[in-house]
This record gives sequence, structure tokens and C-alpha cells, in this order.
Amino acid sequence: MSSGFGWLRPEKQGIYLPTVDAWIDPSIAVARALVTHGHSDHARGGHCHVVATAPTLAIMALRYGETPAAQAVDYGETTELGDGISATYLPAGHVLGSAQILLERRGERVVITGDYKRRPDPTCPLFVPTPCDIFITEATFGLPVFVHPPIGQELDKLLDALAERPDRCVLVGAYALGKAQRIIAELRVRGFADTIYLHGAMERMCALYEAHGVPLGPLALVADADLDDLKGKLVICPPSALGDRWTRRLPNPLQAFASGWMRVRQRGVQRGIELPLVISDHADWEELTATIVEVAPQETWITHGREDALVHWCSMRQIRARALELVGYDDEDEM
Amino acid sequence: MERFAHLLDRLIYTRSRNDKIALVAAYLQTTPDPDRGWALAALTSGLDFPAVKASTIREVVATRVDAVLYSLSRDFVGDTAETASLIWPRQPTDLPPPTVAEAVEVMAGMSRSTVMAELSRLLDRLEPDGRFALIKMATGAMRTGLSGRLARTAFAQAFGLDVEEVEEHWHGVKPPYASLFAWATSPEGSAPVADPFQFKPFMLAHSLEGEEQLDLADFAVEWKWDGIRIQLIGDGETTRLFSRGGEEISGAFPEIASAYRFRGVMDGELLVRGDLQGGEEGGAASFNALQQRLGRKKVTAAMIDEFPAFVRLYDLLIDGGEDLRGHPWSVRRARLEAALDSLPPDRFDISQLIGATDWAELIQLRDDARAQAYEGLMFKRRDSVYSPGRKTGLWYKWKRQPLTADCVLMYAQRGSGKRSSYYSDFTFGCWTAPPGDGGELLPVAKAYFGFTDEELKWLDSFVRRHTTNRFGPVREVEKTLVIEIAFDSIHLSKRHKSGLAMRFPRIARIRQDKPAGEANLIADLMAFVS
Repeated sequence: MSSGFGWLRPEKQGIYLPTVDAWIDPSIAVARALVTHGHSDHARGGHCHVVATAPTLAIMALRYGETPAAQAVDYGETTELGDGISATYLPAGHVLGSAQILLERRGERVVITGDYKRRPDPTCPLFVPTPCDIFITEATFGLPVFVHPPIGQELDKLLDALAERPDRCVLVGAYALGKAQRIIAELRVRGFADTIYLHGAMERMCALYEAHGVPLGPLALVADADLDDLKGKLVICPPSALGDRWTRRLPNPLQAFASGWMRVRQRGVQRGIELPLVISDHADWEELTATIVEVAPQETWITHGREDALVHWCSMRQIRARALELVGYDDEDEM
Repeated sequence: MERFAHLLDRLIYTRSRNDKIALVAAYLQTTPDPDRGWALAALTSGLDFPAVKASTIREVVATRVDAVLYSLSRDFVGDTAETASLIWPRQPTDLPPPTVAEAVEVMAGMSRSTVMAELSRLLDRLEPDGRFALIKMATGAMRTGLSGRLARTAFAQAFGLDVEEVEEHWHGVKPPYASLFAWATSPEGSAPVADPFQFKPFMLAHSLEGEEQLDLADFAVEWKWDGIRIQLIGDGETTRLFSRGGEEISGAFPEIASAYRFRGVMDGELLVRGDLQGGEEGGAASFNALQQRLGRKKVTAAMIDEFPAFVRLYDLLIDGGEDLRGHPWSVRRARLEAALDSLPPDRFDISQLIGATDWAELIQLRDDARAQAYEGLMFKRRDSVYSPGRKTGLWYKWKRQPLTADCVLMYAQRGSGKRSSYYSDFTFGCWTAPPGDGGELLPVAKAYFGFTDEELKWLDSFVRRHTTNRFGPVREVEKTLVIEIAFDSIHLSKRHKSGLAMRFPRIARIRQDKPAGEANLIADLMAFVS
């Protein structure tokens, strides 16, 4: 199988453009990085020059401080990188500011999805399928057992649990960038107007979302609330705080976890989760496979996730595919 | 089926016993017959569908799913039923989801030649949660932590009944328990006619705490024999033996069943012959010897010869067709003594009464109990009727002092419910040899009670500050903390690497004063094996 075009090649640390010395989502600090989105396994600190959407740059600044040379691009905007290579950022539908990167050189087209999903999300624009020669995709949920149910169904479970136990609070573990704000925004769309309480680690990211035009409604910090204030309320914390000592200040919390991994019962049971919410910001199996069919590339490269099954699926359909075995991309939901 | 699937799902994620009971009770209240009866049977593993095996599930999935994709998925999910339920590609059907009763009927009628096609058709009619419930039901492995007792408690709660009354009628009724539901839900509430020769719930004892003073004139005193409690039921033709939980164990003790030529129901302790618990003549061996006979469905002639079983009788519940349970203990005892003559003495004797008249003597007897392998003493009010369950003031057990060992904390896991933010489930080890001589720790006990709230906070913080490794939900800790473990007895066990298993281990004291290297050796514990 070809290793792609001469001007683009996969390295362990990311996708590399040797003729212009630029990387896409590198796992090491580099001179010039093109970053798809703000999750820390894709957006590392320490780069000299970063090209990304404005929200992604803001998220990186929040985490790592200002990048020396930050170059903001809009969706649809094309940037010349040199050697005839241009980069166009297109919506990936993953989190605020997330983008696919379309690289073009003399009619050759490569799309790097970063992380993506295909479903509507009030915090970011919908994924745009883009024809290309090489499609470089994620495969976080690349097994046929992963089919995410509609988010409305999962949020109904959450609202039912809140109504059912007015003496307790419902504590939802959700990734601090993206998942938490999506759940809040989706609840607001459904008319849920009650104050939502946050773990301290959520505060700045929620403020950033609001500053970028995503209204989240009334929010308050758990630290500022009395135990009685929290009865019957929704509390959101990072997954790592579930079952932590921090939860002892909450009124008998019902522990929920919003993650695509909750599709598998044992994952939730092992962590002591009482209310699993199958909510993911990644494409599920059906979307991963349908997107490959829709984009119809000459070749599909798989960056990270459960790539074996997706490579096998491609081979059954005579679609050329390979796993890149990149290092450093993790299953963010699992933290 | 969907409501049952929803119940099953909630039970899997619910750890509190009371919440489980409430979930099952609500389901029973709101589900029609016969679905609720079949569901109850499925939850308590009362259903068996011989045509459906674990391998059948794999084979059915293989008719629709690529083998590589299935195998990768199964490896990731770790459970065949769940993988199959998630990965199953539905073929469109006009049929609605089956009721539980319909699913049971179809599965009961499956043969080896029809099982694949029929199971596929059922799966096509269900969503993933329903498919999961169906497969779990078909293969008989629910694993919801729902014991029969808990299910009967939920049944009682659902219909405002006394659980002991439910127990009384439960054991004569078969799934889907139509007559039981009819009785529970009809306003007049005429109970199903109880068969005198069906399992009766046992009468149990409260623990006697030190301060409590009983008037010894009102109580008969017996040894607390260290075997297993059994009920013998003879209807004049066959004899059946039941364990405390109502499980039939006749097949494991054929020599008892065949020797019990009595029409009636007796309560006693099953023991094997030995020279403890009553002496060289007519004595019994320790619990350890009895364990060789437990947990077997079938038994060999050699086992019967080597560990001959007998029953030490406590009580007579039914004599002929007459129910004696409403009579005082003293009356039942006299009837039991009279009945004993008709039973062969090598298989049956009577639990002797202890003539002690003051507490000093009783304390002395209790302190000697361990040497004789008795579990302790029993106190039974002479005028007590035989009432199911634990009734205050009637029967008391007074256990021997526990053994203790100094063990080292090795692993900890978070608890559930209110303890979900605390590391409260602990694994302890003892040394194979002194650590200076190259000894290592092997787990000997798991314990999750015995500590105060303050001690739990301290232990939790110790675990968090001294974690060396994580295995999923389990933390390994530095092997520095010594805990004194109290336990009732210790036995040889092939299932544990240390070769030992403790009965009723609990945390007695945190020994911050003691270096881990001075904790007990496995060999020290071996000396306690009785």
C-alpha cells in the first residue's frame, strides 16, 4: 500500500508535511502545528506557531498560556502553507472550535478529521463531509457494538432521575471540555432552566464557551452552595471526580457518567455508576463506516481508537485502509 | 419484555438492597400475570431452557455477523450476552416485542434443531436492552445480586404482606406462581392451601449480647453445633432435605434421605462423624470435615464411607399430618423425643440439653466451646412457638470468642452506596515466611466491616496516600499497615492461593504500632485450622 503523497507522511508523533515542516496534531512540541481541536491529546502545549480556529486557540491559551505565534482561521478559510500546499478548516462537529483539516496540493486532496461526530450539537456546527483522495479518520468507537442512542433519550433518563429523587442530587461525570457544555446546552434547548452546579474544574471552560457565543443559562459553583441548595439539583464534574472525596459534600449523589463507553454495562458497574448516559462526541460505528462510504476516498488511514475492526470492515468492502498507530492519542472519555 | 429489560438494567446498576427491593416491588405491582411471575422466576434463576446453551448464542450471532468483528467486539465487551445483544443486526419484522410469557413459552418449546431460527426471530423483535434480557434469561445467568429471600421480601412489600407469610407459601408454588399472586392481590386474600410436606421457613435466633441477662428458668440451653441447618421432609413415600435457604440438597446426602423413615418435618443440624462436638462416642467432626461433603450435587460411595453424615435433631414441626409449630417448644421437644425411637441411631440423634443453672457455668462452657469445635451456645424459650425468621425474645445464639490474626493490608476497593467515595473493601495478607527470609504476602481475608466511621476515614486516607498500583477499581497499597482481623474459624480452601479461607472475618483493630514484618505467618493460621 502507498504511504500517501510525497508531501505528506504519517509519523508516530502525528501527520507530517516535510516540505514545509508542519505537523497536524503532533504529540510533541514543534515549530509549526496545525491543530484540529482543543482536547489535550490533540492540542499539546509548547508549539512556536499554531494554526487553529479562534475557539481552539482560546482553549489552548487557557490551558498552556498564549502561543508565541497563534494564527486564527475561520471555517472554510484557506491558508497557504508553502510548497503549494493549502489548508482549509472545516467543521468536525466534535466540540467548540473543532475542525477537519483539508490539505490540498496540485489537485491531491487529504482530509484529516481529528475527532468528529455526525450529530447536531448546539455548541458547534455540523460535520461537513468532504470528498478527498486520502481520508484520515479517528476510530475511537470503531467496533460494531458501539451505536450511540439519540441524545434526547439519554437526557430524558437524566431528567427522570432528577424528578424521581428530590432528596438527592444527580452528579454527572462529563469531560470538562465539550461534553459538559454540550449536555448543559442540550438541556437548555429542551427548556431546562434550573441552576446547574459545577465542579470548580468546569468553571473557566464554561465561561469560555459563553464568551464564544454558546449560552449555558444559570450556572453556580458547588463550592459556593450549601448542602441543602443541592438537593434535587444537577451537578456536573469531570469523570475523575466521580467517587472522589470531593463528592462527600453533596447530598447523597446519584452518580451518572456521560460517555460513549457507557454502552457497555460492565464499564459503568465497575466504576459504581448508577445512571449510565450513552452520550458521545465521537462518531459511532455506523457513522464511521457511513462516512467512509460517503467521502469515498482512494484510501482510508486510521489514526487512533479500535482500528482493527475498521480496517477489517474496509478490507471486506475492497476499500484500501491502514492503521497509522500514532502514539499519544488517548480515549479521552476514559479518564 | 421491555419492562422486564428495564427492570433488569436498573437492578444491574443499583447496589443498595432497599433500592433493589423497591424496584422489584414496583415491577410486581404494575405488571400483569403471568409476566411478573415468569420475571420473578428468571431473576431468581428458577428457569432452565435446555435447548439454549452459551455456545448457542455465539452460533446464532455467527449467522448474521462477521466472525472477526464479533470476536474483536467480544474481547472488548468481555461478556457474550452483552456483545450479542449490542451487535445483533435486526431484520425488520412486523411483530411487536414478545411478552415475557411468550418468550418463555417459545424458549421452552425450542429443540436443538429449531433453536437457531426461533431465537433469531425473538431477537429481531427486540431492542438491545430487551435482547440482553432475553439472552440472560435464556442462558440462566442473571447475576443481579437478587437472592430468593430478597425477591420474596420485594413480593411481600409489593402487596403489603408479611415476608414470613410469603415464605410459608412460596415453596409449594411453581413459576409463574399464579396462585401466589392471586392470593396476594385479592382483597379477601384466601391463602393457597399449604401442603404440610413442603419446605417451611426456618426459625432463627438473635445474637445474645453480653449485657443481656436472660432468666435461665425460662430457657432451655443447647450447644450451637457447627454443621449446617437442615430441614427433613418425609411425606410417607420420599424424603427431601432442604438447606436454610430452601435449596434442596437431598442428592448430596442420600444416606440421610434413605434413613429418614418418618412422615413429618424435622429441623436439625447436619454433621459428619468425628470425635469432637460430643466426644469420641457419637461425636461429630469439625465444620471443615463437613465441607468435604458440601457443594456437591452427587456423592460417591467412598465419600459416604469416609465422611458419614448424620443429623442432630432440634425440633419437630409436622408430626404425621399435624402441624406442631403453634405449640410451645417444650411440647414439641417431648414429641421429638418420642419420635426419635423410630429413627436409626447411627443417622439421627437429638441435640442434648445442657443442665447448667448459672451464668458462671455457662460462661465456662462457652469459653471451652472452641476446643470442642462447638460454635457456641443456644438459648430457646421453653414456651416459644416455632415462628419463621428472627423474633425478638424467643431464641438466642451465643457465639464463642473469635480468633484473631495480625494481617497486612494489601488491596482496597471503593464501597457502594454511601461508601462509594471511601475505600472500604479490603484484602489482607499474611507472610509465607518471615519477610527477612524471602517470605511474601498472600491474601488470607477480605473484610469490609468492623471499623468505626472515624477508622474508615483514616483507612480511606491511608489507601489514597499509599497507593502503589491500580487495577481497574482496585488499588494496591504499600504493604506497611497491620490490621488485627477477628474471625470465627479458618478452613482449608483450594480456591485460595494461601490455601485458607476465613469464616466471618472483620476488622478488629488498626495496629499502627506494629511493623508489617511482624504480622502473622500463613503457618500461624494453619495451626488454627480445625
